[in-house]
Amino acid sequence: MSTETTEKEPASKVELAPGVGGGGEIPTFDITLKVRRYNPESSDDAYWDEWKLTMYGTDRVLDALHKVKWEHDGSVSFRRSCAHGVCGSDAMRINGRNRLACKTLLKDLDTSKPILVEPIKGLPVEKDLIVDMEPFFQSYREIMPFLVSKGHEPTKERLQSSEERERYDDTTKCILCAACTSSCPVFWTDGQYFGPAAIVNAHRFIFDSRDDAGDMRLEILNDKEGVWRCRTTFNCSEACPRGIQVTKAISEVKQAILTRKI
Amino acid sequence: MQVHKYDVVIVGAGGAGMRAAIESGQRARTAVLTKLYPTRSHTGAAQGGMCAALANVEDDNWEWHTFDTVKGGDYLVDQDAAEVMAKEAIEAVLDLEKMGLPFNRTPEGRIDQRRFGGHTRDHGKAPVRRSCYAADRTGHMILQTLYQNCVKHNVEFYNEYYVLDMLMVDEEVTVDGETRIQKRVAGVVSYDLASGELHIFQAKSVVFASGGVGKVYKTTSNAHTLTGDGMGIAFRRGIPLEDMEFFQFHPTGLAGLGILLSEAARGEGAILRNSEGERFMERYAPTIKDLAPRDIVARSMANEVREGRGAGPNKDYVLLDLTHLEPAHIDAKLPDITEFARTYLGVEPYTEPVPVFPTAHYAMGGIPTNIKAEVLLDNDTVVPGLYAAGEVACVSVHGSNRLGTNSLLDINVFGKRAGLAAAEYALTADFVEIPENPTVETEELLNRARSSEGTERVAQIRKELQDIMDANVQVFRTEETLLEALRVIDTLEERYTRITVQDKGKRFNLDLLEAVELGFLLDMAKVMTAAALHRKESRGGHFREDYPTRDDENFMTHSMAYKDPTATETSGVRLETKPVIFTRYQPMERKY
Repeated sequence: MSTETTEKEPASKVELAPGVGGGGEIPTFDITLKVRRYNPESSDDAYWDEWKLTMYGTDRVLDALHKVKWEHDGSVSFRRSCAHGVCGSDAMRINGRNRLACKTLLKDLDTSKPILVEPIKGLPVEKDLIVDMEPFFQSYREIMPFLVSKGHEPTKERLQSSEERERYDDTTKCILCAACTSSCPVFWTDGQYFGPAAIVNAHRFIFDSRDDAGDMRLEILNDKEGVWRCRTTFNCSEACPRGIQVTKAISEVKQAILTRKI
Repeated sequence: MQVHKYDVVIVGAGGAGMRAAIESGQRARTAVLTKLYPTRSHTGAAQGGMCAALANVEDDNWEWHTFDTVKGGDYLVDQDAAEVMAKEAIEAVLDLEKMGLPFNRTPEGRIDQRRFGGHTRDHGKAPVRRSCYAADRTGHMILQTLYQNCVKHNVEFYNEYYVLDMLMVDEEVTVDGETRIQKRVAGVVSYDLASGELHIFQAKSVVFASGGVGKVYKTTSNAHTLTGDGMGIAFRRGIPLEDMEFFQFHPTGLAGLGILLSEAARGEGAILRNSEGERFMERYAPTIKDLAPRDIVARSMANEVREGRGAGPNKDYVLLDLTHLEPAHIDAKLPDITEFARTYLGVEPYTEPVPVFPTAHYAMGGIPTNIKAEVLLDNDTVVPGLYAAGEVACVSVHGSNRLGTNSLLDINVFGKRAGLAAAEYALTADFVEIPENPTVETEELLNRARSSEGTERVAQIRKELQDIMDANVQVFRTEETLLEALRVIDTLEERYTRITVQDKGKRFNLDLLEAVELGFLLDMAKVMTAAALHRKESRGGHFREDYPTRDDENFMTHSMAYKDPTATETSGVRLETKPVIFTRYQPMERKY
């Protein structure tokens, strides 16, 4: 009656290959970090600030930003919390691409050139790398991002098959970092468009077999600022730090609106 | 300065805070204050699961779960609280499923369950499948699901409002003809990060759900923002902190980084090996081996390294071996943590063992509460209208060592209880008048940091604090290391009075925020170290090499740390004790 766990009992002792798990030590290296600065308290103009830093092998862009803030200029401002890619606080434009600073290893960037860090686009900049997230969360709230279930509440759990669960697994990974939405050219120019993240979260419920509000959500997304604004440029899928196939999710929602078959 | 008025104010928007808000928000006018955005809270980093004796995949019952929790906590658990938690676990999981949480499923479509450290069948006979999970991102799913339901119920959030103080007043009450002074809570003072303005929130009930204090350590699985603010505020306002010497080190942090690799890896069959390729847990816990509770596994790992069997160029870590598991199984059950190994260490878990070492993970101690989540001012006096739940609180269901998955359970069970109790109290109570000059202390705190012209840097003091805590107050402790730590913390505290905050602005002054956080960290490090010095025995997560055995005769008690400037020998922390509540189980030797 249960799922299979691998039951093969591992050996009490094994021969380890030499240097196993070492991952290869990476020496320190120098970088130039350029950060887009803006603080309306002191000036209306944005500008670039630049630092030369010595960093370690496993350091990420977030470590470089911390080094600046902690050792050079405490006024450099950015959001961060978990520092390993699950809280979604530190989405920013790194060398022109939306990424999480805590998941971008410096050694994976071209360190022979300056590393450019800017706030994500399409949302009002508050200070340095901090943007106003409210419009982003407003779109999210509009697609009814919660399970709606009609009929009697079961006494135990609702049943759902593994296949039904798998149907929306990909879109449950979203951490609401806004990397996708703020990489979307339509979102940059059209302040009204819901944006990919809101559609991803709608998808998560539309394709959940336990949910009864799929039609309502499809109606919302069939709006003029809904899914049809998407021009399938794939920026969002490339930007997603969780590897969600965002464009695919949007197409599935489009398809569902056309056929009203979930 | 703005004054807001709510029936209930909840401080913190992680699992416990939002679970409380869902209950309270439907019954009373509720505001949730968080220094982040709700979905950034560290509940989202929890991975492995949430235990409940659903018995969906094999025989189980809540009494076994209670026993495991009590034994896991080395008998320092309050057994009434553990019973409540294990019993209400079942409903807590079903509540989440009904709210929409996408649990993994059995072939019959029911919630699937897997093994986890210290959770056993029939009082320790063998590991049991009790953990309900959603791949290895159960915490993420809980946080998202609770936030979704807060949206559904129109819960009012104040995002990036950092609570810095709690307003308390002394009231005269007459009970049985006897007049005495009673402490009551009137509200909180918060700092709006966006504008730099102070806001007062007057409330009938205040719920603290602001999380832990992992950033006192250098190597930690905790977020940068977990700086013990809630515990610090309570402590400064005269509320004791319970069992702060017990801090959990999670065995499997990515070596050198501290990023968590879930115990679910071992639940799914991964094992630990030393540099000789030996599965060393067979020696330390012959029955349940790699699935022994975290304190035992972490200590065993540290011991292997100490005795020279560490792996790697510096022989300073051990290896988590998943190579005997099917890649498809790993992908289905452990996708996120294997990606962490690839991203951050460049190690391929299919074919190579992953370097791991214990990482500071969870505070078992915190603000003392009873099972109604009411905060205690001493061993039995309740502060009317004040509640705490989750990692910030100590109820105490974790005793001296928390079992894996029991924190996601704790936040759901006691978060719900706190929300219900806070709303219920608010519906019958009146507002307490805000004291005069309510923000004077907070303004002083902020002005001191902003205007100081000293030469000390916040980041440097914090680094030295984390270094001494890692070196001296970690898995192994002695009187000598603890006294040395206290001495260092005292000097850091003195230097803290001479810090400079470079950012002088009001808007998103996160430089100032870090300075304030450091103040809480210093206070909490002091409390943790003083409490560790006071407990001259070894129990659960607290191991004293100079007192290596459990001493029930003298120390089968909770510790209660009070702020007391006259306690000069222990840096202004006075230690008292509080009896442990026993219901079913008498202490036995703890073997696995």
